[in-house]
Amino acid sequence: MGNSLQTGVVTVKKTTTGRKIAGKVILYLILILVAVLCAGPFLWMLSTSFKGNENIYEMSLFPRHPTFDNYVGVVQFLDLPIYIWNTVVMTVLGIVLDVLLASLCAYPLAKFDFYGKKIIAGVLIATQILPAAAGLIVNYITISGLRLMGSYWAVILPGSVAVFSIILFRQAYFSVSNEVMEASRIDGASEFKIWYKVMVPQILPAVSTVVIFDFINKWNNFLWPIIVLNPEKYPIAAALNYLGGTFNFQFGYIAAATIISIIPIILVFIFFQKNYINSVAGAVKG
Amino acid sequence: MTGAVATLEEDGPGDMSGTPKKTSKKMRTSLMAYAFMAPALIVLVLFVFYPIIYSIPLAFTDYSAIGDTSFVGLDNFKRAFNDSEFWIAMKNSAIFVACVPVLQILSILLAVVVNTKLRGVTFFRVLFYIPVVTSMIAISIIWSFIFNPDGIINSLLLQYGWIKQPIYFLADTRYALASLMFVTIWQGLGYYMMLYLAGLQSVPEEMQEAALIDGAGKVTVFFRITLPMLKPYIWFCSLFSVLSALGVFDVVFAMTKGGPDKATMVMNLYTYNKAFGTFEFGYSAAAGLIMSVVTTVFSLTIFFYGKKGGMSYGE
Repeated sequence: MGNSLQTGVVTVKKTTTGRKIAGKVILYLILILVAVLCAGPFLWMLSTSFKGNENIYEMSLFPRHPTFDNYVGVVQFLDLPIYIWNTVVMTVLGIVLDVLLASLCAYPLAKFDFYGKKIIAGVLIATQILPAAAGLIVNYITISGLRLMGSYWAVILPGSVAVFSIILFRQAYFSVSNEVMEASRIDGASEFKIWYKVMVPQILPAVSTVVIFDFINKWNNFLWPIIVLNPEKYPIAAALNYLGGTFNFQFGYIAAATIISIIPIILVFIFFQKNYINSVAGAVKG
Repeated sequence: MTGAVATLEEDGPGDMSGTPKKTSKKMRTSLMAYAFMAPALIVLVLFVFYPIIYSIPLAFTDYSAIGDTSFVGLDNFKRAFNDSEFWIAMKNSAIFVACVPVLQILSILLAVVVNTKLRGVTFFRVLFYIPVVTSMIAISIIWSFIFNPDGIINSLLLQYGWIKQPIYFLADTRYALASLMFVTIWQGLGYYMMLYLAGLQSVPEEMQEAALIDGAGKVTVFFRITLPMLKPYIWFCSLFSVLSALGVFDVVFAMTKGGPDKATMVMNLYTYNKAFGTFEFGYSAAAGLIMSVVTTVFSLTIFFYGKKGGMSYGE
C-alpha cells in the first residue's frame, strides 16, 4: 500500500528500479482484482441473459448454447418497450422542467439585489439538511388532492425542480461577468431577453451537468413511481422490481431486462464521465 | 409569465439618483426576481417545504386512508416505543453503520491506488464508478441471482468442497443483513473512492516529494502527510456515509423486503410499510419523526465536534 504513493522522484539506483517495477505489478494486480469484483457481477448477468432457462445456473461465463430468446421474450411477453417508453417520457419531461425552472430560479439569486434574497437562499440550503420525516406521505396526500394519482405527472411534478440544480446553476451564473448584462440593460433589452440571450449561453456547461445528474436519478427512480402509479405506467426500474417478483421462474427474461435497463445509464455515464465526476468531486470541495 | 416580465421592464431601470427612487428601483428588481423564481418556488413550496413542515403535526394524529382524523397526542410515539418491530428496525439500522469504517478505509486505499500515474488508470476509475450510477433495483437483481442457493457463489463453494450445504445468503436470518451490507459496500466503494481521489489531488505533490527526498518512507508519508491532508474529506464522507447507513432503504426494499423473519427490517422500511402497507399515515409519520430526530442530533453533534476538532486542516 505504501508503494502506491507513486511520485515523480527521480531514482538512479538500480535496486530502486527493480522495486519500482515490483510496485507497479502489485498496483496492477490490485486494480485488476477490484475490476473483477466491480465488473464481474455485470458480466455474469450479461452472460446469464444469453442462457436458456433450463441451464440458467450453468457455471460458465460463455454459454454453451447462447440464445437471444430472452431478449425476444422480454419484448413479446413482458412489454418492455412500454416500460422504456414510460421511463423516457418521465425522464425527458422531468429533465426539461428541472433545467428550465432551476436555471430561471437561480438567475436572480446570483445576479439580482432583491428583498428577501438571503431568506430564500437560506431556506433553500435548509431543505438540503432538514429531513422530511414523512415526505412520501405528505406528497402522496398532495398528489391525490391534485387528482394526479396514476398519471405521469404524479412522478414528473414533484421532481420538476431540484434544489441541487438551483445551487449548481447559481454557481455558474456567479462566474458570468456583469458587463454584458448591464450593457444589454442600457440598450433596453428586457430582463427575460437578457436571461436567454446573454446568460443561458454562458451556463451551458452547468446545463449539461444537471442533465446528466437528472438523467441518472430519473432513469433509476423506482420508489415514488411504485407508490403513485399503476404497474402499466411503471418506469423501467420499478417495472424490474415488479417483474422480478412475478416472473422469477423465467429468470432469463429478468436478466435480459436488467441488462437493457442498465445500458443507457452506462453509455451516458461513460460519455459524460469527466464532467459528471468533476461535479461530484466539486460538490464536496464547495 | 414571461409577458409579465417583459412589460415590467418597459419602465426601465434608467435613473439611479435619490433614495426614494433607489427603493422603488429595488422594489422593481424584487418583482422581477420573484417573477423569475415563481415557477420553481411554487413547486418547491408544495413538494419540498410543505412536507418538511407538515410531517411534524401529522405525527400527532391518527391520519389514515379511511375514517376521520383526530389529534391523539403522544399515542403514536408510545405505540412505537412499545413495538418490538420498531426496536428491531432501530437495531438493524444501527448495525448498518458498521458498513461505514469498512467502506471508508477501502475507498481511501483504492483512491490512493487510482491516484497513481499508471497507464490506463482512468479506465479503472470509470469502471469502479459504474456500480454507483446503476439503479439499486438492477444491482439487487444481479446480486440476488449470485447469492441464490443455486447461484455461482454456492456452486463454487460446493464444487471445491468448502461447504456441504448451500448457504441461503438472503433467506437465512444469520446471513441476510450481512449480505445486504456487502452489496451496499460494493455499490458505495466507487463513490467514496472518487471523493477521496478529489481530496488526494488537492494535496500538493511537492509536499510528498519533499518528504520522500528527506528520506521518509512511503508509508510514513501516507500517515504523516497524505492522511492528515485528507481529514476534512474523511469527516465529510464518514458523516454522509453514516447518514446513508441509518437511512438505508433501497437495497432492503429490493432484495429482502425486511425478511427473513424481520432479520433485515430497518427504520425506513418500517415507516414505509406503516405508510403504504397498512396506510397508517399518522403512525408512520411519528416513527419517521423519531428517526429524523435521531439522525439530525447525530449529524449536528458530528458536525460541531468535527468543526471544533478536525474538519479543517489540522491545528
